[in-house]
Amino acid sequence: MLFASYNFIVFISVLFIIYYIIPKKYQWVLLLLASYLFYFFAGPSYLIYIAATTISTYIAGRMIGNIAQSQARYLSEHKKELTRGEKRVYRDRQKSKMWRWLLACLLFNFGILAVVKYSNFVIANINHISKAVGGTGGFSFWNIALPMGISFYTFQTMGYIIDVYRGKYSPEKNIFKLALFVSFFPQLVQGPISRFDDLSQTLFKEHPFEYRNISFGLQRIVWGYFKKVVIADRIMVAVNTLIKDPETYQGAFALVGMLFYAFQLYADFTGGIDITIGIAEVLGIKVKENFDRPYFSKSIAEYWRRWHITMGTWFRDYLFYPLSTSKGMMKIYKFTRQHFNPYLGKRIPVYISTIIVWFTTGLWHGSSWNFIVWGLMNCFVIVISQELEPLYSWFHSKVRIGNTIGFRVFQVIRTVLLLSAIRMFDCYRDVPTTFRMFGSMFTVFNYRELFNGSMLNLGLSMADYGVLLLGLVILLTVSLVQRKGSVRAQLASRPHLIRYAIYYALLIAILIFGAYGVGYDSSQFIYNQF
Amino acid sequence: MEELLEILEELHPDIDFEECDTLIDENILDSFDIIALISEINLEFGISIPPDEIVPENFNSAQALYQLIERLSDED
Repeated sequence: MLFASYNFIVFISVLFIIYYIIPKKYQWVLLLLASYLFYFFAGPSYLIYIAATTISTYIAGRMIGNIAQSQARYLSEHKKELTRGEKRVYRDRQKSKMWRWLLACLLFNFGILAVVKYSNFVIANINHISKAVGGTGGFSFWNIALPMGISFYTFQTMGYIIDVYRGKYSPEKNIFKLALFVSFFPQLVQGPISRFDDLSQTLFKEHPFEYRNISFGLQRIVWGYFKKVVIADRIMVAVNTLIKDPETYQGAFALVGMLFYAFQLYADFTGGIDITIGIAEVLGIKVKENFDRPYFSKSIAEYWRRWHITMGTWFRDYLFYPLSTSKGMMKIYKFTRQHFNPYLGKRIPVYISTIIVWFTTGLWHGSSWNFIVWGLMNCFVIVISQELEPLYSWFHSKVRIGNTIGFRVFQVIRTVLLLSAIRMFDCYRDVPTTFRMFGSMFTVFNYRELFNGSMLNLGLSMADYGVLLLGLVILLTVSLVQRKGSVRAQLASRPHLIRYAIYYALLIAILIFGAYGVGYDSSQFIYNQF
Repeated sequence: MEELLEILEELHPDIDFEECDTLIDENILDSFDIIALISEINLEFGISIPPDEIVPENFNSAQALYQLIERLSDED
């Protein structure tokens, strides 16, 4: 069941009504049933995977919780008779027991993810190597379906178990509540990747019918659909034409494809998250924001703090910090400091960890070399910018333009171009084609063809381009208004006439300009594949 | 506290660490400094700062950082 489908709209409408009719203490139970029903529609066999993750994490969490509890009890009962050394030995022993449960849980769940998501990638690479050394390379691919949202719910659930191990909070005792945390349907498709201590504050609570929640939530949903069906699904037609035929569409068309894809991905992903957060809001549940006007970033590093925030912070908290402060990294720090200099000592552990994190981020997005190269390219740009920082400071001390609007606009445009260029790896079929297409922008001078009617052969009419242009202006305006805070709160303070005129205009725009019908395929969200 | 101030001053000799309480908020300490600090604290005090303690509140001032070290060594 796609978010952008009539079935889904009926599904959430019925859910909203039942949710506020039934006794409030059963609201979370209804959400669990709805989530499993939603997942059942996606593919009945997927339920086995999500149930396996829930049950294994529940058991590991409870075991870790029990060990932590018995440790606290034992230490308080024997507070006086134990020496500091004895306490430490006891704690270490308990910690290693907890560690074994954590490790088993991580291996099991990341193991499932690895098998379903990456086994065919590994087989393809083995075949490739085998052929290169004269073998047959004949391992056949597994016919295994990728369960919907598995990357998202696995990361979210593993974040939970790591937090329990770290003692950040106690494990959830009710397995059905944990099951809801794992499967909460609005965020199953493409995140955000929530934290248990954050989401559980509202997920299991009783929610009375509140006009503001319903009104704001519905507005957010409508805004999300506008981005998805009016903009993303429309521009997708041109993007698909351009990237599926790289032999024909080179040079100027590669540049158009690159920019269109940046526009499509923004509308698709942020629109999807708007729908998610909006649905949660109608239900009285608070889901973390995943974007902070990312296309206004002035550097790639800043962009990654503002785009897909919950994924970035997941990698930071559960991979980057543990890696960069691990015993191995400390040894590297000590060694480089002693044998080279403090400057390198500071940088090497951070850079090694950064490379590993970006490699993993790439792999998380998809099981292909395109995504791995995409991740490493992001890493490369971030590391180079970091190392060039003294040069930038020197430049700005000589040429005082850093605070001018013109320079900031330049930084924003530069960042958008850079991230769009790196994103080309998302689009083309393999890494060499991507490099070739990027190169063609500078070697194939067919920019005049953009104005000879060729743009009308990409599957979009003049009217479609008009709608897209208007969409771009609206997105830009909303982003600029957002600088002063919530757009909906600002709208709410306007006279009724203006407010309702805007609501209806948006609704009518979706109904009239939504990309439906022949030639359009109401599509799955891009991030759903990750 | 003396040892901690020495470590911090080695990282940024130009900052008055006894006074400053916006080390993170004003971007005086970057991620390289934080990771280096954690390693130095480990070498000097034998204390491991766990990843979930890497939050601005613990690193904004020398005092906050010292309190974190004391808390972690008490737990030990």
